[in-house]
Amino acid sequence: MTAASPVRWTREDLLGIAELSPGEIELVLDTAESFREVGERPIKKVPTLRGKTVVNLFFESSTRTRSSFEIAEKRLSADNLNFTASGSALAKGESLVDTALNLQAMAPDLIVIRHAHAGAPHLLARKLKAGVINAGDGAHEHPTQALLDAYTIRRHKGRLAGLKVAIVGDIEHSRVVRSNIHLLTKMGARVTVAGPRTMMPVGIERLGVEVAHTLAEAVRGADVIMMLRIQLERQGRMAIPSIKEYFELFGLTSARLAGAADDVIIMHPGPMNRGVEIASEVADGPYSVILEQVTHGVSVRMAVLYLLSGVHEETA
Amino acid sequence: MAPDLTPKTTILDAEQMARAIRRMAGEISERNRGVSDLMLVGIRTRGVPLAEAIEAEIERMEGHAVPLGALDITLYRDDLSMVAPQPLVKGTHLPGPLDGRVVVLCDDVLFTGRTVRAALDHLVDYGRPRSVQLAVLIDRGHRELPIQADFVGKTVPTARDELIEVCFPQTDGTEQQVRILERAAR
Repeated sequence: MTAASPVRWTREDLLGIAELSPGEIELVLDTAESFREVGERPIKKVPTLRGKTVVNLFFESSTRTRSSFEIAEKRLSADNLNFTASGSALAKGESLVDTALNLQAMAPDLIVIRHAHAGAPHLLARKLKAGVINAGDGAHEHPTQALLDAYTIRRHKGRLAGLKVAIVGDIEHSRVVRSNIHLLTKMGARVTVAGPRTMMPVGIERLGVEVAHTLAEAVRGADVIMMLRIQLERQGRMAIPSIKEYFELFGLTSARLAGAADDVIIMHPGPMNRGVEIASEVADGPYSVILEQVTHGVSVRMAVLYLLSGVHEETA
Repeated sequence: MAPDLTPKTTILDAEQMARAIRRMAGEISERNRGVSDLMLVGIRTRGVPLAEAIEAEIERMEGHAVPLGALDITLYRDDLSMVAPQPLVKGTHLPGPLDGRVVVLCDDVLFTGRTVRAALDHLVDYGRPRSVQLAVLIDRGHRELPIQADFVGKTVPTARDELIEVCFPQTDGTEQQVRILERAAR
């Protein structure tokens, strides 16, 4: 699987899936395959990024993504440090660029950033010498999530092309959806999105997806079903009349899986709201690969860190 | 073969290469008084078909199979900050625990010794072999580290800028052979 990848990685930053070629996506997935084995060894560490410094700059709270990056960095022997919004200078009124320039002065090699505003990682990438990895910017992109989703699908189905993937939930406010749509359509999968009209952006079809108006329609014949989190603490609350009604219409239960492919896999980027978008019987059921996604997230992030920490042509 | 390289001499043809591998297999089982604790581990890329060929010979002579593994040393290289772009990582596969085993590392060409250094670092992350030995098809000199092979197919004096090309049917789709390539004058 790996031998034939003729593509070479030349990017300094990973800002989104939109700008990646299918070959580059495949290279990340193939590289992740090799890193999976590191996580299965008795000594889960390789010396590859020894002496490199990675800064995790999280302006939005995150447990899963941040710890996944942290473990990936540690398994590659990088030194890492974490900045979170609360308790950092940002809370004291420092601008993003000033924070970044101060970090730059400490000469990190890579910066992993999550920010509530779309484009924040791009701004940093322009201002800083360090490589930048987008760990989620507003409702724009979350490239490593899409890559780990694709990796998980490929592990189960052996391919991405030709699969029917249903993505259900709050399509409007989800960066996970946007990165996944870019990735899956580039790799030749057929994507159907479904959700309440209040959570469905106008013109989403232009990204090359079909829109289904009911859960049953989206699930029919699906090889992969991705459930999205309803952000109860944020916009999600306003867009639906009640949690009960949402679950009635779009919550995934065993009974509603009936129309899907026999070997369907159920995914969720986490954190799950049991009884809102997904029933426990499905989340913990035989088709669920939700915890595998978390495991694969580490391999995929190791692959991204490895590829981005290479020497770039102009400095070589 | 890169376009600016031209073959200068053939060091081993298919028959000579087979004979060298047969002799190395014999030396390995003789030195270890049998092959019961042995594990052959090829360093990617061309150490792997070499390990397979040695294993086939040992199996023919001793009558039972020896476990085979493949080591990808990319993540342990000391020149990652000097090469661009990042080399492909193809993965390591070992058939079982190393503890108490006699591991014979196999590689096609022994040159600076840096690959072997990386492979040793990699191996100890998997366990504690009883001993590690080194088998190479070609020893071409120019060591940069204090590393020597235990089993050598052929020692070949070379100039530093010459290239040794080892071909196996599995990796190169051609008949097995070893040649010296010269850089064309530009």
